[in-house]
Amino acid sequence: MSFRRHTLFWALLAAGVSSAFAARTDVTIGMVLEPPNLDPTGGAAAAIDEVVYANVFEGLTRFGPDGSVLPGLAESWTVSDDGMTYTFALHSGVAFHDGEAFTADDVAFSLDRARADDSTNAQKALFANIDTVEVIDDTTVNIHLLEPSGNLPFNLAWGDAVMVDAASADSLATAPVGTGPFRFERWVQGDRVEIVRNDNYWGEPVALEKASFRFISEPTAAFSAMMAGDVDAFPNFPAPENIPQFEADPRFNAIVGSTEGETILAMNNASPPLDNVLVRRAIAHAIDRSAIIDGAMFGFGTPIGTHFAPHHPDYVDLTEDSAFDPEAAKALLEEAGVEELTLSLKLPPPSYARRGGEIIASQLREVGINTDIENLEWAQWLEQVFKGKDFDLTIVSHTEPMDIGIYARPDYYFQYDNPVFQAIIEKLATETDAADRSTLLNAAQEMIAGDQVNAYLFQLAKTGVASVGLTGLWANSPTQANDLTGVSWEE
Amino acid sequence: MSYALRRLTSLLVTLVVASVVVFVVVEVVPGDPASYMLGLNASPDTVQALRTELGLDQTGVARWFDWVSGMLVGDFGVSYTYRTDVASMVVDRIAVSVPLALLALMLAVLIAFPAGLVAASRRGGVADTGVMGFTQIGIAIPNFWFAMLLVLVFSVHLRWFPSGGFPGWEAGLWPALKALTLPAIALALPQAAILARVLRSSLLDTLGEDYIRTARAKGLSSRAALWKHALRNAMIPVLTIVGLQFSFLLAGAIIIENVFYLPGLGRLVFQAITSRDLVVVESVVMLLVFAVVLVTYLVDLAYAWVDPRLRR
Amino acid sequence: MSRLGPALGTLLVTVVLVTALISLVWTPFDVEQLNIGNKLQSPDATHWLGTDHFGRDILSMLMVGARLSLAVAMVAVGIGVGLGVPLGLLAAASPGSLVDEFVMRLNDLVFAFPALVIAILITAIHGPGAINAIIAIGIFNVPVFARLTRGAALSLWTREFVMAARVAGKGAARISVEHILPNLANLLIVQATIQFSLGILAEAGLSYVGLGAQPPLPSWGRMLAESQTLISISPHVAVFPGLAIVVTVLGLNLLGDSLRDRLDPRLSHER
Repeated sequence: MSFRRHTLFWALLAAGVSSAFAARTDVTIGMVLEPPNLDPTGGAAAAIDEVVYANVFEGLTRFGPDGSVLPGLAESWTVSDDGMTYTFALHSGVAFHDGEAFTADDVAFSLDRARADDSTNAQKALFANIDTVEVIDDTTVNIHLLEPSGNLPFNLAWGDAVMVDAASADSLATAPVGTGPFRFERWVQGDRVEIVRNDNYWGEPVALEKASFRFISEPTAAFSAMMAGDVDAFPNFPAPENIPQFEADPRFNAIVGSTEGETILAMNNASPPLDNVLVRRAIAHAIDRSAIIDGAMFGFGTPIGTHFAPHHPDYVDLTEDSAFDPEAAKALLEEAGVEELTLSLKLPPPSYARRGGEIIASQLREVGINTDIENLEWAQWLEQVFKGKDFDLTIVSHTEPMDIGIYARPDYYFQYDNPVFQAIIEKLATETDAADRSTLLNAAQEMIAGDQVNAYLFQLAKTGVASVGLTGLWANSPTQANDLTGVSWEE
Repeated sequence: MSYALRRLTSLLVTLVVASVVVFVVVEVVPGDPASYMLGLNASPDTVQALRTELGLDQTGVARWFDWVSGMLVGDFGVSYTYRTDVASMVVDRIAVSVPLALLALMLAVLIAFPAGLVAASRRGGVADTGVMGFTQIGIAIPNFWFAMLLVLVFSVHLRWFPSGGFPGWEAGLWPALKALTLPAIALALPQAAILARVLRSSLLDTLGEDYIRTARAKGLSSRAALWKHALRNAMIPVLTIVGLQFSFLLAGAIIIENVFYLPGLGRLVFQAITSRDLVVVESVVMLLVFAVVLVTYLVDLAYAWVDPRLRR
Repeated sequence: MSRLGPALGTLLVTVVLVTALISLVWTPFDVEQLNIGNKLQSPDATHWLGTDHFGRDILSMLMVGARLSLAVAMVAVGIGVGLGVPLGLLAAASPGSLVDEFVMRLNDLVFAFPALVIAILITAIHGPGAINAIIAIGIFNVPVFARLTRGAALSLWTREFVMAARVAGKGAARISVEHILPNLANLLIVQATIQFSLGILAEAGLSYVGLGAQPPLPSWGRMLAESQTLISISPHVAVFPGLAIVVTVLGLNLLGDSLRDRLDPRLSHER
């Protein structure tokens, strides 16, 4: 014991001395939610990717900070003329953290594992179009599709499609082994995950030697952790109201960007009177987006009029079609013949939902619609709203990138069933021409806005904060990740 | 001896009944752990695959039996969400919760003893009034609000203590203790207030008893009498309260552990309920029940040992 | 203290009660009316205690919150008395019997459970809300009153006037109601006051973790939770609800102590 304490003392002293002369090489990142496990191929929790994506695990392709699809473990790829076969050329000399070599066999293993019948991959749909994975040689692999598609490199960039090794696949949940520039060090459950630099990394070495992810769910605790210097950065700070304080403090930089999260007031399209488009439109007109952005998000967020990210080139601004107009809302309700309407409003835990819900309830009351607010935990929300479809209204942010396709699923929780829309999405899946894709995407956005499937509120902002001197964190979040590969401390 | 045995039997009965109650209550909690873990885009067959993997397909009775028989040999099952041994998770959390409870208790005793003694020795005086006034306020302050104020002053403004989190014991004794200081103070305040009141009234009771009067009549000075005799005899109810407070602090720190995001037992159980990690909820609640029952048992035995009349 | 305590206790409790009653007919502002543009105003002549993050008047919210806090704690005590006292009387009427044993084991069982964990579980099952908060708090009041009643009633059963009633041929149930219960009244009133103040604290704690009354109904604990991130920007938002809790609980405790002194001389200087 005393021996250990001595070594520790000297180690600490040494660390103190060296850090006095050079820039820091460690970082502590704050996160709201602790990942339930560390296997991105076996769970949906965004927190998993926020720890391991690009840091510990890599896929054939990856997302860049602006959302573009970049090469990952695949150096390059080509598509056959019929659009049915992709050929990926892999980097050579890549090894997993346990020393196993990464080859084309691992690609086949990873993808087959993800799309197997008994797979617990949360995004199996990403792989639905894959017919077979064919190993050509150690660094070449062919992926044959069922239908022509331009989406494969995008799909393979997701955290759910990362490459894993057969030898370690079963224990990824607690001992993740990938090919990334950091390897997993340890997980103090309930507190933090630590990763350290992988000195045998195949690519550009990273500047950081060590990174800890600390899990702080209480917004106040997050604020004081930043203020007290316990945490160096909080890329998704849970309380937007504190951002101006950080901005005013010379010790911190606020990093405000956008996310892929369309925040919507979802309506149960199958439950009367919400099956009536007039009622849905009335609700949309009753809502003052600016009051919600101001009151719930303290000014952070971009109003949206459809289920599409405003920073996407194909976005159509339709906010005017459902502008705040209580008189129009009342007229529409009258036209629909609806009086004395009371709707349930079920709210999941995030503050955009809880606060936004209170504001929306008050705005709906102004046009004569009463709401019963019910605050739910995520497990209850999934059970009642998402699975049970037992709700009238709910607020949720859909954070997956390019997820307008959910409107083509009639059994999805808001239950929008429109064959014309489904046909558009079907066409989109096989359309490879950029201009035609644009046209289809525009049509899709306009259709769900015209049918006012849901009330579209705002694009969730990424409100982050970092200590001055820490550079290289993503400002936006095209996918849920804390990519630390480019992060470093300035001298 | 037969008294101890009798109490032991009732302890075991309580534990068995408690295990049934815990299991039934936890099992009827709505919400499926598998769909929680897989999120919004999961297909139903993926969820089913995970349910099978987690063993959620078996009947309730079978799972209760597995759970209880496992616990008897120290196997608390495997957490659904973390996919690790519940036993090892619990051990990690106890390394935070028990020291926190002890620290809080120590602080409470350190505050309560001088306060109680002063109040009792100057009954009705200014000191007594002051101490009693403070204890009233100490009991009335919600500890989470007190915790918020402590963080605001001592970590955000003065930056003397970390605002929360726990570096782990391997980071050294001092950083670990520092992390536990504010939470311990927040927990200790109401306990100190209660303890001071109990100590004061217990001292006043003993001071009123015949043998103390006799001692004082024999010329023993008031202070010596107080210290020598009254304190020793007043300790029994005080120690009882301390014992109960310990088990209360172990389980009752949930909110404080959340305010300071400490990885303790309370936060574990809170998170496990939210994520429907039923195995963890059941096992930790059972463990807490066991702690309470055991402490009560030991207190009862101690009582009976001191006062044979209680061995009814 | 001995003179100040009762007066202060009565004063504080009266103020809280009167405020809660007034809120039934009038509050300075509508607590459901949001005014985002007017958010986080410091206390001034219009908004005596300032406004919250939605621009609602904090004084009005505290007034309505008082009503809720008091109602929850009161009903929870009612549950404790309503179930606990009969159980205690029953157990005392036949000491050592199965009923007695059952009551005592039930006591052990409920006392053995960590109260907050069970409260959280109850609301996880039935959803959060004031009713479930009442049930969760009420359950833990039952053994308190059962144990107290049993203990006190046991000693009363040995008293002469009870013996006399037995000789006169009265049944156990009748004696319990006619002779035992009236003599327990003072003790029960004192305990009810204590449980009442504990109930206020418990309700605040449950609301704080989001398991109490749901919005738009204001509750003190939830106001504290919602204002946590604002404490360094606008401290008044987090200070006043906390003070409201302290004032109420302090008032009830002081009142309880003075009641004890007056009604139950045996316990004159605290247990």
